[in-house]
Amino acid sequence: MWSWSFTFKVLPKLLSAAKITFIATILGFLLASFLGLVWTLLKRTKIHWISKSTTAIVEFIRRTPLLIQLFFLYYTLPNFNIRLPALTVGIIGLGLHYSTYLSEVYRAGIESVEKEQWEAAKSLNFTSYQTWTLVILPQAIPPVIPMMGNYLITLFKETPLLAAISVVELLQEAKIIGSEYFQYLEVFTLVGVIFFIFSYPSSLLVQYLEIKFKSPAEKRI
Amino acid sequence: MGVIKIDKILNILLRLVEASKVTISLTVVAALLATLIAFISGILLLNRHKIIRVFVRTYVEIFRGTSLLVQLYWIYFVLPLLGLELPKFTAGVVAIALNYGAYSSEIVRSGFLSVPKEQTEAAKALNFTPLQRMRYVLFPQAIRIMLPGLGNQIIELIKGTALVSLIGLEDLTYSGVIMRTNDIADTFIIFILILLIYYAISTIFASGFRLLEKRVNVGRA
Repeated sequence: MWSWSFTFKVLPKLLSAAKITFIATILGFLLASFLGLVWTLLKRTKIHWISKSTTAIVEFIRRTPLLIQLFFLYYTLPNFNIRLPALTVGIIGLGLHYSTYLSEVYRAGIESVEKEQWEAAKSLNFTSYQTWTLVILPQAIPPVIPMMGNYLITLFKETPLLAAISVVELLQEAKIIGSEYFQYLEVFTLVGVIFFIFSYPSSLLVQYLEIKFKSPAEKRI
Repeated sequence: MGVIKIDKILNILLRLVEASKVTISLTVVAALLATLIAFISGILLLNRHKIIRVFVRTYVEIFRGTSLLVQLYWIYFVLPLLGLELPKFTAGVVAIALNYGAYSSEIVRSGFLSVPKEQTEAAKALNFTPLQRMRYVLFPQAIRIMLPGLGNQIIELIKGTALVSLIGLEDLTYSGVIMRTNDIADTFIIFILILLIYYAISTIFASGFRLLEKRVNVGRA
């Protein structure tokens, strides 16, 4: 049933398609990390309507499927005369969707910074920009790096959805090869194995970081 | 002119609501099965026999470490080659339930772990059968810890059901995509309505879970 010669024949093709998967993962995650921070900061502004509407938008994005968001971007952006390659649309979709999760991660990190740190910054006459960049964020981000790592892995596993908007990433390439030879067993299994090879060790690394990044106070408990 | 437009939107909405019946039944069936799987494997992850733990752990890591869409394709396209042909709806239910069951089993496991050991000992001292111990002592305490996590998982599951459209099951997403190809001019309206319907479904389930959380916390601080 399982043909090793076929496996070795298609493996290079799959690995080269995996490049697109990795590009989408990394760029999507960078966008998500940036937008997530923007959402968190907007949610914290004292201007009521801005914080309320940001919360509503973020919640809406988080409670609707990524697949539809991808379709929406892919099919409606051209109506507004924005023509982007499918991969770019995919990266924007992934970034936007996961920014809502990362926003929660940043919030948790910021809330874990002690109140005294804000007061200290204020008493040193720091501007709000200085307070954020020099005092708050350097303390808020490191403890949540493992949580961010978890979402990086999750985002990686969602990249096959880009196949639906015609991006030839790992799964789409497998489907193309499979329909060409009508041999789906090897290709789809290999895709699963490739995903597993990258995501499982990464999740072990995240678990290790979680233990390592635990604050001394937490360790004592 | 305006009246015609509203008429059209209502017409689209009615057809989408009709199609969302498939999404909702898929959600309910898959969620029930996922919960069952999560409880069985979550409890087995705490089993005293190492063989059982390793076996269940392997299932959990394989389904968490690969992608839902890859699993769905595998079940729908590869299993028939191995002699097991599943209808689309069943394939969707099985893939979604196995995937979210694996994620939720961790929630179940840590929920039971959070119940102090003394509770088990006390139940044993009172001569409770294992079933009584579970029903009256462990479960009521563990479920309070699990519900918030399980509530988040149900939102993820609802969003995950959209993927079945990619194997051609006529759910909300699939119908929307078909409607769009017949009526390209309405792309924007169709996708906005789909997003709103998914948002409504997710919000209803999320509120249901919040009510449940209140119920299990009655009489507790």
